[in-house]
Amino acid sequence: MEIGGSFYDRKAYSTCYMCACRCGIEVYVRNNKVAYIKGNDAHPTNKGVLCAKGSSGIMKEYSPARLRKPLLRVGPRGSGQFKEIEWEEALEIATQWLEEARKKGPYKIAFFTGRDQMQQINSWFSCQLGTVNWAAHGGFCSVNIAASGLYSIGGSFWEFGEADFENTKYFMLIGVAEDHSSNPFKLGIQEMKRKGGKFVVVNPVRWGYGAVADEWVPIKPGTDGAFFLGIMHVLFKYNLVDWEFLKEYTNAPWLVIQAPGTSKDGLFYRNQEGKPMVFDKKSQSFKPADRIVPEGLDPAFIGEFTTPEGYKVRPAFDIFADRLVRDYSPEKVEKITGIPAKDIERIAKEMGTIALYHPIELPIEWVDVWGRKHKKTIGRPVSFHVMRGVASHTNGFQTARTVFLLMMMLGVVDVPGGFLNKPPYPKHIEDLPKPYKITRPDEIGYGEVYPGPHLGYLQNPDDLLVDEKGNPVRIDHAYSWWFPLTAHGLIHNVIPAAYEKNPYGIEVLMIYMANMAWNSSQNIPYIIKALTATDPAGNYIIPKVITIDAFYSEQVAYSDLVFPDATYLEQWFALSLLDRPPSAVDGPVDALRHPIINPQENGYDVRGWGDVMVELGSRLGLPGFVNPDGSRKYKDFKDFLINWQIRPGVGALAGWRGKNGDKHFVGEPNPNQLEMYIKNKGFFYYKLPENMRYYRHVNKDYQEWAVSVGFLKKVAPITFNFYLETLQTFRLAGQGLWEGKNQPPNDPILRERLIKYFDPLPFWYPPFEEEVSGKDYLLYAFTQRPQWMYHSWDSQNAWLRQISSRNYLYMNPKTAEKLGIKHLDWVWVESRIGKVKCQVYLTETTEPNSVWTWNAIGKMKGAWGLKPDADEGTEGFLLNHVIPHSIKIGEKEIYYGDPITGHLAWFDTKVKVYKAEDQTPETYPQYEIKPLPYIEERWIPVLRYKP
Amino acid sequence: MAQFALVIDLNTCVGCHACATNCKEWNTQAAFGPLSDFDPYGREPQGVWYNRIMTYEIGEFPNTQVFHLPKSCLHCQDAPCVPVCPTGASYKRQQDGIVLVNYDDCIGCKLCSWSCPYGCREFDEADKVMKKCTLCIDRIYDESLPPEHRKPACVLTCPAKARFFGDIEDPNSEVYKVIKERNGFVLFPDMGTNPANHYLPRTETKIHVEDHFLKHDNPLFLEVLRRHHTKT
Repeated sequence: MEIGGSFYDRKAYSTCYMCACRCGIEVYVRNNKVAYIKGNDAHPTNKGVLCAKGSSGIMKEYSPARLRKPLLRVGPRGSGQFKEIEWEEALEIATQWLEEARKKGPYKIAFFTGRDQMQQINSWFSCQLGTVNWAAHGGFCSVNIAASGLYSIGGSFWEFGEADFENTKYFMLIGVAEDHSSNPFKLGIQEMKRKGGKFVVVNPVRWGYGAVADEWVPIKPGTDGAFFLGIMHVLFKYNLVDWEFLKEYTNAPWLVIQAPGTSKDGLFYRNQEGKPMVFDKKSQSFKPADRIVPEGLDPAFIGEFTTPEGYKVRPAFDIFADRLVRDYSPEKVEKITGIPAKDIERIAKEMGTIALYHPIELPIEWVDVWGRKHKKTIGRPVSFHVMRGVASHTNGFQTARTVFLLMMMLGVVDVPGGFLNKPPYPKHIEDLPKPYKITRPDEIGYGEVYPGPHLGYLQNPDDLLVDEKGNPVRIDHAYSWWFPLTAHGLIHNVIPAAYEKNPYGIEVLMIYMANMAWNSSQNIPYIIKALTATDPAGNYIIPKVITIDAFYSEQVAYSDLVFPDATYLEQWFALSLLDRPPSAVDGPVDALRHPIINPQENGYDVRGWGDVMVELGSRLGLPGFVNPDGSRKYKDFKDFLINWQIRPGVGALAGWRGKNGDKHFVGEPNPNQLEMYIKNKGFFYYKLPENMRYYRHVNKDYQEWAVSVGFLKKVAPITFNFYLETLQTFRLAGQGLWEGKNQPPNDPILRERLIKYFDPLPFWYPPFEEEVSGKDYLLYAFTQRPQWMYHSWDSQNAWLRQISSRNYLYMNPKTAEKLGIKHLDWVWVESRIGKVKCQVYLTETTEPNSVWTWNAIGKMKGAWGLKPDADEGTEGFLLNHVIPHSIKIGEKEIYYGDPITGHLAWFDTKVKVYKAEDQTPETYPQYEIKPLPYIEERWIPVLRYKP
Repeated sequence: MAQFALVIDLNTCVGCHACATNCKEWNTQAAFGPLSDFDPYGREPQGVWYNRIMTYEIGEFPNTQVFHLPKSCLHCQDAPCVPVCPTGASYKRQQDGIVLVNYDDCIGCKLCSWSCPYGCREFDEADKVMKKCTLCIDRIYDESLPPEHRKPACVLTCPAKARFFGDIEDPNSEVYKVIKERNGFVLFPDMGTNPANHYLPRTETKIHVEDHFLKHDNPLFLEVLRRHHTKT
């Protein structure tokens, strides 16, 4: 036992990829093996700390599930029968498949990427292929939160913004959040708790972060929207409202036309210049809303007025106030949520009095876009965070909207102690990108580029991606009449849609870093059927499946051609501001990954996807990858990261641009840029001066700087959408009153959906499953995320799986008693689409209407480098088997999702639970794939890791 | 006499297991490693861990509380594992109070683990010796590490900043102060082991609503309310 002396040969700084948080890491290497991974002290995201996942990165690097060479399927799909082939052959096959597909129409290639952190580049690659069919994984992740935030305040939670933990005095965490985000949240919660702040958790389950909450609000799943509307009722009742904030920064006082049955109904009342109007109480006249601050107007929030043209108009707030008073008293909300009315009232009073009567003042001078100088920066120290708990319901978009409206009423958006944006957010809502519109999938022909972007934010029905009959243009039905404000695409619809040829069949399905054959899809028996179904001639209905992954996942086993990816410690990779930014609230951040370990030396003949993308793009001669003379533009992905520009001066990384590395954000490519990142411990952090850190929606200095670096297009107020007029345009379309070009198909079910759910002011409605399953299936079933595993996928991780190698169905003891179920009984969990067998664990941490489990721990037998008798495939189970992928509305079967965004509503699932007759400790249904022969050879009886 | 120890704050620990895995990755490769993992990819993966997280729930719904309790060798001042060791392999260092096992002298008889009331010793079946938390003795004295890194791995990595390290006998140390200020306690105080590691209890922040800030006759609310009464 020797103590002291350097324990490593070399040390490198990089960015973690054990989950999506993008923490900085210090990687210590001995004998070309990873000896130790530590959090990077200098990194603004994790400030030196590292979670359980990041600290287990070594076991990912040396996982037995790692692929070592390209694979070509030789047996039936899902059999696990592959032959290893050389890279040259693999690239030739892929080139040929993609080329043949492109000739039939580039849209016949669908490329969907999962936990993708190079979305902008992957989207651009798909543009070069000419296909409209690309998206990342937001559709099943948290698009409801992103979309409602971007549409409401021009920013959102997670990578878009977070609580000001340093200054907040009241933090409410709503729904499942332990994965988003990992270290920053733990750092933040402890900081605010240490300073005496109150931490409130709203969740059917008390676990994880909930353990240290000062108050637990055990809400019934899917009812959060009602809870927040109840809180706003109380705030309004006792005048705990920041009227100045609503007046200056939101459209709450703007006047809305009340003319049912006409094309103007529900739209803002505008003057001849098209400017929305308010009613000024001082002058008793109608004035343009943009004169509120310059002329010191006193706009009415309550009342009905008649305009000179004869319209009846009401302030947006008035319409909402009506609703709050009528439908959401605490007593009514108690009946929906199960939260006692007195608690709703108390919680509202607590947050309201802190926000309104305990403001904080920072001695920071700043100037607003109207030119007013503020001597200090006033903050309201109440903050919130919502993520997938709210997102994963069919009422998720409107529920998230309730939270954003609550934040507006309390005046806590982008202020000290409240919610803070992370640059490049906030954005002007009207300037958000729209998906490039085509009206036929084959509008982009062979050899042409789809101009992009693939994803974005529609302003009205004319921006939809539909054909002349109103059918979806995209394979995932994104931006269709059924799922208009999709924002992130709908990856979860792709396999069912391609199988059903709805709206059309495809030729090649490419999947990168997503496990669509298993835990990232729903109704797995159906997904397996879709992936293995053949036509009468014996050909697969989804003809070709190419997967890019580093591990032997279920998705890999159901693929035809597999490109083995390098790990995060082995490849070049940009964590870009063009993507979901890794920024801090104090300023933009981007970061690099670079090869620290040489996989070849460890026997892995693998390549990072970036290198494969450059190779495929060049071989196919895609426009962006070749020079006019046909020669290759990029040698490899490192070269690509340095020289690729999405527009002149803007590339994957923002730091050290310009020939000499003396420009940031905008500048010509710098041949030494990546080395400069490495020298700066792997990241670029541009800390903004104090006067640019708050009120960025109206902060003149910030906005002028943001324009100079291309984050914003103009210096102007970002007016928050208390009232979301965009939704009203879809509602008008449903009523047949939209005057634009795109009209919805004459389908009463669709039209009713548009009328009912596209309410420009948020409201609560029961999750859809309630109507079809409510009577027979009384319990809500959903998943939570184990902090030590989720998003690191790899339950095969030798250390993390010792913490949990299997999952249980957690249930309240009183619920179990009623059902005659005892602790550790094996039970059937049955939904309207099927049933899964699993073991019950009784706990008082779960509210009685809910059962839940950890996500993604149950695996298919034989996958992930695990031995066939491993817990993950025997006693562990996958709830996804019983999560519906579609729902019948009237006579129509529709993909299951939020009617506004299409967000997959995993947590809507309703089940009944009953004791299994056969108590054999094994899950059902059972699937099994054959492990690769070389994986079996890696099953050592004892692991003694010490390089 | 110095007594190094950990102080763990149950008021911020969220049970994330970061301390456990970072301990594992440090120690398996360092002076006292490897820490063997048996059947790592099979039915019953079980390995040697110096640090494990226990989770407990108390109370009935909805008044349920959840506690995460990270547990490692408590470096007792009257460590029962030391006198029972027949070979002297299990010993307590004079200079800093750290309890260690000298692998060369350990005969694997497990008397120490039977005597430990906390279950904090880990027998490595591959090496046939007893292993346990060393307070990262191979970090805290390693002068090749920058001074700020000369702390146990679990302390440096903890994302909830729930772990403090230092000399609990030194009135000027951070650990001494937090134990005093926040009513630090030890596990099983009546066992006579006098554990060095301490825990800080949960506290609950409550807010007193100041009723005078509430406007009970908000005219705007009353106006809307009236409207509904008129309608009905």
